[in-house]
Amino acid sequence: MLTGEDKKLIQQVWGKLGGAEEEVGAEALWRMFHSYPPTKTYFPHFDLSQGSDQIRGHGKKVVAALGNAIKNLDNLSQALSELSNLHAYNLRVDPPRFSLQFLSQCLQVVLATRLGKEYTPEVHSAVDKFMSAVAAVLAEKYR
Amino acid sequence: MVHWTAEEKQLIASVWGKVSVEECGAEALARLLIVYPWTQRFFSNFGNLSSPTAIIGNPKVRAHGKKVLTSFGEAVKNLDNIKGTYSKLSELHCEKLHVDPENFRLLGDILVIVLAAHFGRDFTPACQFAWQKLVGVVAHALAHKYH
Repeated sequence: MLTGEDKKLIQQVWGKLGGAEEEVGAEALWRMFHSYPPTKTYFPHFDLSQGSDQIRGHGKKVVAALGNAIKNLDNLSQALSELSNLHAYNLRVDPPRFSLQFLSQCLQVVLATRLGKEYTPEVHSAVDKFMSAVAAVLAEKYR
Repeated sequence: MVHWTAEEKQLIASVWGKVSVEECGAEALARLLIVYPWTQRFFSNFGNLSSPTAIIGNPKVRAHGKKVLTSFGEAVKNLDNIKGTYSKLSELHCEKLHVDPENFRLLGDILVIVLAAHFGRDFTPACQFAWQKLVGVVAHALAHKYH
């Protein structure tokens, strides 16, 4: 469960990205495709080469959604409702708790490379919990 | 047997060469106990684990973290026989320690994040790939003797 402190840390960390959110999204996706090749199976229609426009575009979308979720930490279910429907009925990505775990890991690696020591254990914990909460909401309607 | 390309071996070795086993080990174990608090169940005799600050400063956590990462070094030295290297440790974790192998995956992922925070941009996607592969292989080897 996200505590008040967790929410504060998440908002702070996101604030530290200072406009680099899109790059962060693209890099997280690229790392995910690179470290976990099975995740590529959901993007046969993409140019998955490094720096591709499609990866950048999709990274931007993902990060915008996460940014929106971060603005609505007290009501994730509602904020992510559309995306939850999309993932359950259209995309049918292997239940988010598996695939999102890979995206979560890669997003955290990107944050850690950029923030270094500022990616403290407390921040790490808060972000991990947040991504778990997002995954849970996205998986809500799967069955 | 796991196949490692020359590039993967080089990336693993070059990162490992710059790692302080004591610092990174302590950091990784502390983060495991902080980020996934249920893992504290294995360390009830470690004393004060009541807050992130307590965990990070706990000398038993630091010492054990160092031990764990030192053992990890054996995998780095024996990439071509990680299963054999961890055969006894696997039996130990199953028979004496009763650790759910899922925890090995958790610790592995945390180690990767610790390395990322430490090395910054030098922890390239290629580096991450090699290391995610390595922690996965180690986790698998440690689970191998479970029965």
